[in-house]
Amino acid sequence: MCCGVGHWRTAMLSYILRRLVSALPTLFVVVTLSFFLIRLAPGGPFDLEQPLEAKVMENLNRIYKLDRPLIEQYWLYLSHLATGDFGPSFYARDFTVAELLSRGLPVSITIGGLALLLALAIGIVLGTIAAFRQNHAADYSVMVFATFGITIPTFVVAPVLQIVFGLMLAWLPVGGWNNGHVRNLILPVVALALPQIAVVARMIRASMIEALRSNHIRTLRSQGLPRSTIALHALRGAMLPVVSYMGPAAAALLTGSVVIETIFGLPGVGRYFVEGALNRDYTLVMGTVVMVAVFVLVFNLIVDILYALLDPRVRYDT
Amino acid sequence: MSETLAAPVTVSRSLWADARIRLFRNKAAVASLFVLIFMGLLAIFGPMFSPHQYERVYTEYVRVPASLSAYPKPDQIAPAVERIAARIRAQIEKQEIIGGSVRVTLVSPRAIDERNLAFFGRSDLFQGSNVIERADEGRKLVIDAPIRWRTFLFGTDGNGRDLFTRTLIAGRVSLAIGLLATGVALLIGVIYGATAGYLGGRIDTVMMRIVDILYALPFIFFVIMLVVFFGRNFILMFLAVGAIEWLDMARIVRGQTLSIKRQEYVQAAEALGVTSGGILKRHIIPNTLGPVVVYMTLLVPKVILLESFLSFLGLGVQEPMTSWGVLIADGARNIQNAEWLLFFPALFLVSTLFALNFLGDGLRDALDPKDR
Repeated sequence: MCCGVGHWRTAMLSYILRRLVSALPTLFVVVTLSFFLIRLAPGGPFDLEQPLEAKVMENLNRIYKLDRPLIEQYWLYLSHLATGDFGPSFYARDFTVAELLSRGLPVSITIGGLALLLALAIGIVLGTIAAFRQNHAADYSVMVFATFGITIPTFVVAPVLQIVFGLMLAWLPVGGWNNGHVRNLILPVVALALPQIAVVARMIRASMIEALRSNHIRTLRSQGLPRSTIALHALRGAMLPVVSYMGPAAAALLTGSVVIETIFGLPGVGRYFVEGALNRDYTLVMGTVVMVAVFVLVFNLIVDILYALLDPRVRYDT
Repeated sequence: MSETLAAPVTVSRSLWADARIRLFRNKAAVASLFVLIFMGLLAIFGPMFSPHQYERVYTEYVRVPASLSAYPKPDQIAPAVERIAARIRAQIEKQEIIGGSVRVTLVSPRAIDERNLAFFGRSDLFQGSNVIERADEGRKLVIDAPIRWRTFLFGTDGNGRDLFTRTLIAGRVSLAIGLLATGVALLIGVIYGATAGYLGGRIDTVMMRIVDILYALPFIFFVIMLVVFFGRNFILMFLAVGAIEWLDMARIVRGQTLSIKRQEYVQAAEALGVTSGGILKRHIIPNTLGPVVVYMTLLVPKVILLESFLSFLGLGVQEPMTSWGVLIADGARNIQNAEWLLFFPALFLVSTLFALNFLGDGLRDALDPKDR
């Protein structure tokens, strides 16, 4: 019954281990499903407008082992994957999928990570202000902004930002990566963060209003503590829904956004999936799927750990 | 006893009647409801009353700005007449606009072939042409060409198609996709969630474990994969979208079911020997509908956005059919020289999504028992 810190730590460690082990079957399901889905699709990676000569096609298929039975290819892929080998890309010749991903990931993680931080910082502040000023002008303006943020698609916001700040005001470059120069990062990060800011602000507002009604906050208020202190205490409980939302959202942000990368011309990994799927680049599609699935699984685990840190009622002994 | 006290009248209201009253007290929700009804009617009946077909191309009105007054504008007429004259191989001696028609005097070194005057009728600007006067053995013609007035309320797109009609047709497609995908998600999610929650025990554990695994799949990828690989089929698209959006619904319904199945009326039904299926249909599912309705109003905008995202990638609805997503993607590409192409479809999409969101919030407040 007693719950010392040491006991808690070992419980947490074994929980993390168990979760990692139980993530493997999920990963396996993802890989299997996507492998057979792609292969069932009509067309192949070497289909061009003018079909290749039969002999050439045969050679290509032999080199890439596409002439083997599907089950054998599946086992080959799985055994390669187990050693961390994603295989060569079919479309971007001379590149392995691992090379493509390791080139694009830093770009996507930079943009997505900054957008994530921006969304959390601004979203929490706006949501808290709205909750403290419930049904006042500040609250209404935050909610209207948030609804706009949720309803206006990124591919509308991004070109508008480009026109306004890139062309009309000419403050920032319209696009391009430029080795991650700060000026190039601002517009894509803002465009990517806007809908997330809106979601976080709405969630924080709703859970904050509830938290402010709770007994322990009422006690703090009656003790005459300053508002900022009360806000910090209420925030700890109010963060819970945001944390569980942010798990999958963070995974999605960090693995790149097709829309943002296309509009701003960024060399991230977000485009790989769509390009790979369109070109029937089997290995690239599989590599992207595995990458995203790993991110999702890891962030779901982080969410659960954060939950335990934020909410003392959550225990992972069982 | 002649005096009778008037018994206090207590009108008992059902949950739904109560919710309706509270919903209609919410101005934003009522306004949203009207916006949605208006949008729906506009999308269904608007194209029937529009003077333009959504796929009709007006080659001489490519990318004309939105305008309340009719086209052609005065400065468009002279160049159009010049183009036609060049095709007839004649020079224009004089042209003037009289009332609703253009009077042109054409001259040519050789006799003008009057069959070529059909070019006036083929133009988007004129209804046809009448020869009023012939002179110089047919080398000089005076022609009266009545102007064909057309209104492009929202302007035209890069192919010269009326944007107003296209926006309405697109609304049909987007709303249909949103509603049908939500319907699919509703059907799967409610049945799955209610079954898992009601049966409980090991079946529940297995069923929810499957949902957990499905949650970990990068689902947007599967939609893209399905759409890329199995054709850009309209029906398949919303089936796919619906098939991925049922997970949240299943969780919500299961949670509701777990608390409902411990209620006395369910136990009473069990004691009376009603079958599991009967209890699910008659007692459990109707009572989970509150949160489900709220979630539905929030799911429809989500699906519409997802469709527009697919359309942005070029994987959505195919030309000449269109959807708000397709129009917006097109507008975003033309934002510098034809901003109305982005403005009007975006206005329709955003106001619909706004209305759906406010309605959803209103419904949540109306159905929330804590707020009573």
